[in-house]
Parts: sequence; C-alpha cells; structure tokens
Amino acid sequence: MFGMANDFTHREIMDPMSVMHTARQLGSASICDVDLSQPVSLGTSIMAVEFDGGVVCGADSRTSTGSYIANRVSDKITALDEQIYTMRSGSAADTQAVSDYVRYYLDMHRNQTQKPTAVKTAAKLVSMLLYENKSMLMGEMIVAGWDAHNGGQVYKCAMGGSLIRRPYSTGGSGSIFIAAHCEHTFRPGMTRQQAIDFVDNALRLAMASDGSSGGSVRKVVIDASGVERTYTGGVF
Amino acid sequence: MASIGTGYDQSTSTFSPDGRIFQVEYAVKAVDTSGSTAIGVKCVDGVVLAVEKSLVSKMMVHNTHKRIFHLDEHIGMAVSGVQADARNVMNRGRGEATQYRSTYGDAIPGDVIATRLAGYMHLHTMYWWLRPFGTSVLIGSYDQDGPQLHDVDPSGLSYRHFAAAVGKAKTAAKSQLEKLPLSTLTCRQAVPELAKIMYSIHDDLKEKTFEIEISWVCEESGKKHTHIPADLLTSAVAAGKAAKEAEE
Repeated sequence: MFGMANDFTHREIMDPMSVMHTARQLGSASICDVDLSQPVSLGTSIMAVEFDGGVVCGADSRTSTGSYIANRVSDKITALDEQIYTMRSGSAADTQAVSDYVRYYLDMHRNQTQKPTAVKTAAKLVSMLLYENKSMLMGEMIVAGWDAHNGGQVYKCAMGGSLIRRPYSTGGSGSIFIAAHCEHTFRPGMTRQQAIDFVDNALRLAMASDGSSGGSVRKVVIDASGVERTYTGGVF
Repeated sequence: MASIGTGYDQSTSTFSPDGRIFQVEYAVKAVDTSGSTAIGVKCVDGVVLAVEKSLVSKMMVHNTHKRIFHLDEHIGMAVSGVQADARNVMNRGRGEATQYRSTYGDAIPGDVIATRLAGYMHLHTMYWWLRPFGTSVLIGSYDQDGPQLHDVDPSGLSYRHFAAAVGKAKTAAKSQLEKLPLSTLTCRQAVPELAKIMYSIHDDLKEKTFEIEISWVCEESGKKHTHIPADLLTSAVAAGKAAKEAEE
C-alpha cells in the first residue's frame, strides 16, 4: 500500500468494488448504512487565482451528508453578479443563504449606483454577513471576479468574517493537501491558460488526496470579455 | 401670493389649493436672504468650489467661519444659507460617506452621496414636526469615474452641473459662469475666474466686507478634497480685486 502512495489509481479506496468487498469481509455494518441526520456540507476543494486580466475559479462537485455523497455534481461556484462569483465551502445551507443575501444586496446596489459593482464590494458584503452572524454560520467563501477598475481579483472570506485579498486562494477540506503544491507552482502574472492549468492540476491533486472532495472539476474563467464555464466530469 | 394668510403656508404637510408648499419656498428664500453665495465649476481635471463670506465682526478670528467642508477625502461640500442647518446636512453627509465605506468597502460615488443628501433634505419637507433646511449645498467629488458637481436645494431637488451657483447672488453668478469655457477649463485656470465672479457679484455699497474660501478636488490635489494653496488664493483674490477695479 504505502509503496504505491504516489499512484492514486492503485489505491484500494479508488475501487468501489474492493471497498465493499473489504467491508463485507471485515463483517462490519453495511457500507450503505449511512447517517442522513448529519448536516449537508461541502467537504470541498475550492480555489481561485488571478491572472493577467482576469480570474479562474475552480471547485470539485462533491456534497456530503456524513459519509453519504448527497450530490456528486453539485455546483459550488455561485454567481453573485454578472462578473463576480463566489466559491462556497462548509455548510451548504449557510453558504447558499449568504450568497442569496449578497446577490440581493448587489442587485439593490447596482440599481442605486447605475454602474457595475466592484468585486471588493461583493467580498466586503460576504465577510460582513459572516462576521455579524459568526455564531451561527459554518462556512468559508472565496469571492473572485473582474471589474473595470481593478481587473481580476480574488478575496478570501474566512470563517469569523476576516477578509483578505490574495493572488490566489484555496479553501475547503481539500485545500490543506495542496497548500505546498500551490505555493510551489504559483507564478505571479500567469497567462489565462497557465492559470487554468494551475487550478486544474491543484484541484485534481486535492480531489485525489481528500476523501471528502471529488466528483468532477468545475471552472469559471472571468475576464473583461465575459464569463466562461467549463465542466470536466468523472475525475475522481 | 394670494394664498398667504389663508393658513396654507404654515406646514409642509399640506399643499395649498394651487399646489404649492409654501414652507419649502420660504426655505429657499431663507437661503438667499442669509447672505452668502457658493459657486462651483466642474473642470476637465476636477472640481473647484468657492464661497463668499461676509465678515460678521472685525474682531472675529480670521478664517474661522468655514463654509466649505470635507464629507470624505474625495468629496467637498460648499454651503450657502443658514449655517447651522448646513452643518446638520454636513454631518449627515459624513455619516453617509463613512457608512458607505464600511458597508461596501469603497468610496461613495459623487452621484450617490448627492442623491442620499437630497433624500435627507426632502425628508424634512414631509412631516409637520420638521422644518425644511434653510440651506442649499454644492457637492464636488472625484471618484473612479472622474469629477462631478452636484447641487441640492431645500426641496430635495438635486442636479448634476457643469457649473452651478446657489445662494444670494446665484442668478448673477450663473450668467457669469455660462461665459467660461467649461469644456476646456482646468482647475488652476478656474480658481481666479471664480474669484473674479465673486468680486463682481458683490455689491460693495450695500454689503459688508467679505472674504473668499476656495477648495478643489482635482488631479493636482491627488483627487483629494483640499483648500487651495495659500499663494494661489492670494493671487486669485488679487485678480478678483483688479478685475473689479477695472470694471469700475
């Protein structure tokens, strides 16, 4: 087992049949005996990176209820505005509610100011909600997008309500597995394609290492020309 | 003014039979009678604000009654009318600016603060337990989309202008502002022009001695609202006085 640690495809866990088989052999409770009273949460790998002129957002698509995968094609990259997106991790219910509120506030704000909203405004609103309701909320969000004044931007809205701008940011349970990888491979001022590859590689690595991340890779690329969504199914 | 004395001019919460709200009209009148004029010009590189202030007393410490205020670092407000009322509007403006910053993480745009203050002043024309503000203000701002000049009057009306004048001599000032080359004028060029207008609209015989306060928010000031440098003010005042003498 340990000798093959680098080759994910040989991991026993990757073969559902052998997992079932092992479980039966060990005489444990059925693998399907899951506890659905657990909260629905995004055991997650999410990330976003700035490139020259825009941002790339990426996320896996696994939503779990305890050990049960409630949704294997979930969309954790949620639009807040035309060119501002948020990646959600933690409680699905909490982060959906926060992004619904922020989308509503941004709609109001855009109508009032009659101009496109700044990315930092969206990030500020997210972190404000996380701060003011910190005792009730369980979730971290990355806000990324493009605006005419500051270009592509990535903001991390951590639990408790802190807000920090970063050239790239990762989040969710999978992020700890790829911290060193990202630190090592990130280059400032990447091109669009380099940034896409950076996100793609890091997410695949996270999904392979983290049991609570998986499914498929979703990406959203945002720049001056607009928004491009991609979906790569059946990764892990 | 046939409706005066019929009781319809006592409250802002009742229209007169011919559809007027006299209290609001009286408030506009109060701005003009309180004896100061504020003018503003939106130039290619910023906004210049100027006010004329009659000297209350010879013993008053020079430069201590201000009529131009900061609302935020990128927004200035020049006021005319009842100064105590103007300070209330100023405080509200500062509140709006800081609140916007803490909510949206960004500087409040000029048109937004003008709209908010217009709403605030309009609010005071709708309830019997409030009186309208006896002040008209000019708001000069420089945000991400460039310089803007707005005015707000006691009724809560607000417009964006290339050049505007409020207060006692607004009509005379406006006709002079119209003659300026507003599409090419820079802030530095506008400063002496505003001083000249201030001197020309001032009636020396009827009115007390006065001083001028000028501020700008422009590229030269780093898009921050500040009073103009002392030497620039001195030369502008000299230019104003010279033009007045040449006229006479």
